[in-house]
Amino acid sequence: MLQVKDLHVTVEGNEILKGLTLTINAGEVHAIMGPNGAGKSTLSAVIAGKDGYEVTQGTVTFEGKDVLEMEIEERAQAGLLLGFQYPVEIPGVKNIYLLKSALNAQRVARGEGEMPAPEFMKLVKEKLGYMKMDASFLQRAVNEGFSGGEKKRNEILQMLVLQPKLAMLDEIDSGLDIDAMKVVADGVNSLRAEDRAILLVTHYQRLLDYIVPDQVHVLVDGRIVKTGDAELAKQLEANGYEGIEESVA
Amino acid sequence: MASEEMEQLVRREYKDGFVTDIESDTLPPGLDENTIAFISKKKGEPEWMLEWRLDAYRQWLKMEAPSWAHLDYPPIDYQSISYFSAPKRPEDRPQSLDEVDPKLLETYEKLGIPLHERAALAGVAVDAVFDSVSVATTFKKQLGEAGVIFCSISEAIRDYPELIKQYLGTVVPVADNYFAALNSAVFTDGSFVFVPEGVTCPMELSTYFRINAANTGQFERTLIICESRAQVSYLEGCTAPMRDENQLHAAVVELVALDDAYIKYSTVQNWYPGDENGVGGIYNFVTKRGDCRGDRSRISWTQVETGSAITWKYPSCVLRGKDSIGEFYSVAVTNGRQQADTGTKMIHIGEGTRSYIVAKGISAGRSDQSYRGLVKIGPRAKGARNFTQCDSLLIGDKCGAHTFPYQEIGNSTATIEHEATTSKIGEDQLFYCQSRGISEEDAVSMIVNGFCKDVFQELPMEFAVEAEALLNVTLEGAVG
Repeated sequence: MLQVKDLHVTVEGNEILKGLTLTINAGEVHAIMGPNGAGKSTLSAVIAGKDGYEVTQGTVTFEGKDVLEMEIEERAQAGLLLGFQYPVEIPGVKNIYLLKSALNAQRVARGEGEMPAPEFMKLVKEKLGYMKMDASFLQRAVNEGFSGGEKKRNEILQMLVLQPKLAMLDEIDSGLDIDAMKVVADGVNSLRAEDRAILLVTHYQRLLDYIVPDQVHVLVDGRIVKTGDAELAKQLEANGYEGIEESVA
Repeated sequence: MASEEMEQLVRREYKDGFVTDIESDTLPPGLDENTIAFISKKKGEPEWMLEWRLDAYRQWLKMEAPSWAHLDYPPIDYQSISYFSAPKRPEDRPQSLDEVDPKLLETYEKLGIPLHERAALAGVAVDAVFDSVSVATTFKKQLGEAGVIFCSISEAIRDYPELIKQYLGTVVPVADNYFAALNSAVFTDGSFVFVPEGVTCPMELSTYFRINAANTGQFERTLIICESRAQVSYLEGCTAPMRDENQLHAAVVELVALDDAYIKYSTVQNWYPGDENGVGGIYNFVTKRGDCRGDRSRISWTQVETGSAITWKYPSCVLRGKDSIGEFYSVAVTNGRQQADTGTKMIHIGEGTRSYIVAKGISAGRSDQSYRGLVKIGPRAKGARNFTQCDSLLIGDKCGAHTFPYQEIGNSTATIEHEATTSKIGEDQLFYCQSRGISEEDAVSMIVNGFCKDVFQELPMEFAVEAEALLNVTLEGAVG
């Protein structure tokens, strides 16, 4: 589904990713772990198309298409969706309006036509229930005045409504208490499907107790230095990243 | 030529001036007392009205154009303007929409302007302004039954001279400012509304006006009076870019609210802003003022300003009556090379008066925009309160936004709150929306409309929908 080959990325002259290679197949859940500054968030940001990241070498393909050639919105329309670590506030724009615009933009781009309003409302209400969110969320401005936990839940709500093929979640666990993390993890788990892949970027192992990954990659200094199954994350928890760095060195 | 002879000539010209060919439809460029006499006569005005105009003109001659605004434009040659021109004759106008600039039609399409209105706005010669005539007749009947007078200011001067004498120029005195004085001397038309005691105007004064407004002149004069406990909602302007050959517009609007009266005045202004280099755009110098003359009266200004090359406009409220309320809600958008210096004045005179100001400025392209607001609290305005919120949004990095808040507080019991923000349209906000599959253009319009929401919700429903569409069209291509 997603193939990243020898990816080199520079931000303001500093090389952050230094030859990253990664393959994600449909149905899989991958976790990328690593110390601060290793380039974890850079990977998902580059795939999503954020400005300010210069790809100097390597390729990213999604279902055979060159992702780096696509506009930001085209990537989302193709089924690549990024859940933000720090979702931005958009004053005056209702949450429900953003959801509807996004869903319909994606559907129209795929030639499916806009979803009829009653069907849309039914879909959203069902997903809201899943995320244990009150309907009043829909009428509030996007992320405005949301607590940290509410913002993260809102990101997952968008995932549930937009149903991407590849969901990339950047530090979706940061700043969550244990109850909120369970709700978020339940939401993510409900996304698991044969035809969908999930890429988790996280600093801590604890999220992976709730969302058990198929593969864990350790990212250190812009490269994946080790890949394993969920057990690897537990080892990291016990020994820290330094142990890995030493063993690689 | 000796100066004595010259003087004689001038005097003779003045004396003979009054016999200028009254049959002619258009005056040659130039402004003197003859011009004013011509206009007054053309309008069939009584003698006192001519005197009123001449008084304004003589005061105007002694005044100087204001230079304090944050605007940059070449000096205006007032002798190069024609001050009276009848509407073009039908045979001189486009005969059908096929002859109209396709770009203009495209804009109407995007704005969702009803088909039957497009022709009128584009200046096409249409028989008897289509079905709006019957609509207008129905409206007039309904208004008449309620006792509401709604007519052109020229008609009002002829038919309701007592009301005109009582109120005209009492809110904006003839010599209030340079442009107001000019307007007082040479105004050619505008609207008059009178809502008698206890009457709530049975309809929003809009649809009918919108069509007629397409031909209103460059020096518009509007007077709205609400007697005790009367109410009216008045909509001015149109979202469609109107064709107009006059570059200088200097309107005066006066509102009078007596005890417990409520006037809501909404404007959507979209005059031609000029081409991308700013050539040919309209200069819009407007004086709008509401007088809350009665106790507990309320005047509310809501404006959406997107057009004109230059905008100089400060709708204001004089809060004279005890516990009276003044409100100003504004969205001003500038793009290309547009310049706008706009804001409001709230003059608190009476006890317990309150005012609210919500101003949203959006600058894009190479445009420049200023908010200028005055809150003045007089010594007798015990317990007066003001709340001001003033937000600027920048799109791109070649535009400018400035805020000039002035406060003059004359007593210690007043409460003043001021909030101001300036933000650049967030790269992060754009990325967030786009990464959800929304195109950049739609994302910008979503963010900008969100930014303006506090003001749009003050607009009458239909107008609000149009205003959103207008904003999107105005900002087309502003990013990227």
